[in-house]
Amino acid sequence: MNRLIARFDVTYPNFQLHVELDVPATGILALFGPSGSGKTTLIRCLAGLERAPHGFLCLGDEVWQDETRNIYEPIHRRPIGYVFQDARLFPHLSVRSNLVYGFNRTPVSQRTVSLEQVIDILGIEHLLDRRPHKLSGGEQQRVTIGRALLTSPRLLLLDEPLSSLDVDRKREILPFIRRLYKEIHVPIIYVSHSINEIVQLAQLVALLQEGRIAAIGPVGEVFSRLDLRKKLGRHPIGAVVDAVIAEHEPAFGLTRLDYKGQSLYVPFQSLEVGAELRVHILASDVGLVLGDSSLLMLTSVLNVLRAVVVDMTEVDQSTVDVQLDIGCPLVASITKKSLDALKLTPGQQVFAHIKAVALIEELTD
Amino acid sequence: MMLSELDFSALWVTLRLASMTVLVLLIVGTPIAWWLAHTKSRFRTTIEALVALPIVLPPTVLGFYILVALGPYGPIGSLTGITLAFTFWGLVVGSAFYSMPFVIQPLHAAFEAVGRAPLEAAWSLRASPLDAFLTVASPMAIRGYVSGIVLGFAHTMGEFGVVLMVGGSIPGKTRVLSTTVFDHVEVMEYTQAHIISAVMLLFSFLVLLGVYIINRRFPIHVS
Repeated sequence: MNRLIARFDVTYPNFQLHVELDVPATGILALFGPSGSGKTTLIRCLAGLERAPHGFLCLGDEVWQDETRNIYEPIHRRPIGYVFQDARLFPHLSVRSNLVYGFNRTPVSQRTVSLEQVIDILGIEHLLDRRPHKLSGGEQQRVTIGRALLTSPRLLLLDEPLSSLDVDRKREILPFIRRLYKEIHVPIIYVSHSINEIVQLAQLVALLQEGRIAAIGPVGEVFSRLDLRKKLGRHPIGAVVDAVIAEHEPAFGLTRLDYKGQSLYVPFQSLEVGAELRVHILASDVGLVLGDSSLLMLTSVLNVLRAVVVDMTEVDQSTVDVQLDIGCPLVASITKKSLDALKLTPGQQVFAHIKAVALIEELTD
Repeated sequence: MMLSELDFSALWVTLRLASMTVLVLLIVGTPIAWWLAHTKSRFRTTIEALVALPIVLPPTVLGFYILVALGPYGPIGSLTGITLAFTFWGLVVGSAFYSMPFVIQPLHAAFEAVGRAPLEAAWSLRASPLDAFLTVASPMAIRGYVSGIVLGFAHTMGEFGVVLMVGGSIPGKTRVLSTTVFDHVEVMEYTQAHIISAVMLLFSFLVLLGVYIINRRFPIHVS
């Protein structure tokens, strides 16, 4: 497996970037953090738009930057695709000409994607003969992604590609990005300040703060780490569960998911049995119940999962976060009073009550 | 016919001079305009002021310096032995300085309006810097080119002071329309002066009208 290894040291008058990254070059890695945390600087360093004076960058056996050996490949000689926050389509060219701009400049021997394939994945057939300024924001961003893909990149960099779009347009584009990595297998680095987007897309997330990587790991782990609660700011801490569709119950309008032998019910999903579905569970939507599993529990809550208490952290005067293990991390936000009543200790068996409606993540910001 | 053969040769010299001047300025001025639009150098404002200087400088002052520089004892003359003063090519050099701001400033403004963003996009699509300049920045700055070419051409046609100082209004060689008008008035040939002046007036108006129409018709769409 190829790895992406990067070390950058950049000092600006009022900002410092000091980053070391060593990740498998596969799937989607999200760079997450507040504005000014260095996400964009980092992705610009990766692209070669910014040159870190003490920098090192390689993808697999290709070294793109090694200042100790005076190696620096300028951006146009790196096999990367870059999608900017603002689409940056060329206004004097048609959509078709925009799409093939990079394609025509990619040596035939290096081409791994075809125009037809990209047009099909992104659903932009009907836009080809238009001018960029006649497209909606969402359409522009799809064309930009296509244009970058057509250079057959070995690494695709997306710099907040959805931030200028409204909720509906975001919902329209997310599935395309998911298809990209499933069908073209290009590793993606995705900059975002939206937990929602990251939860829906990424496998790995790096949390950036003040120019440093404060945490990096699988999305489910990073977003449910109690010690990161403060660093994640206002974002709700939760759990990310990659479950499998087990069966449909159309009579009740529900779909049952399976995750490591436990069941989760969600509103009916038009996906095949066996398909993977990622669900996001907010800490505030998880309640805890003590009890013996042999006793019959009567409750209107559909989703009851067996869990083990791992750790507890005080959030404020009245709230405590409890980290649980359900085969992956899950966080429950409960009151101190409840904690006192339940007398939880690490290692204890509990039942986590989860409201079914909270399972499928909706884009809200 | 009121106009003499010399008047027509003045027209021919004028057109040749204006074309050559614009050509020279496009070749020399484009890199300067590009540099001005993209540099962070502290010399930028100084160069900008130097480029704009011919707008405010009396043409005779500019002409005087150029005459001295191009004369037999000037830096070029003493180094190479070539005297450009009072020749057509001397006029081209003088006109290039005189019309420099009218070509460089529209180009500079156009390159600045295009900005760095589309270039970064082009580079990321494997275009080399020169490729990106030719296929992205230049087409996007087309209005700057049109304005620069037209204004540079028209302004060169209208020059008088520099031409007189550097060229001396030698018939058939360095006598252009503007100096021809002056020569006709000097000897009280008002009819000829009228005709040439009317032609120049109409031409200048049409040129400016054309520039404004083009700027209105082909707005650059920046998303």
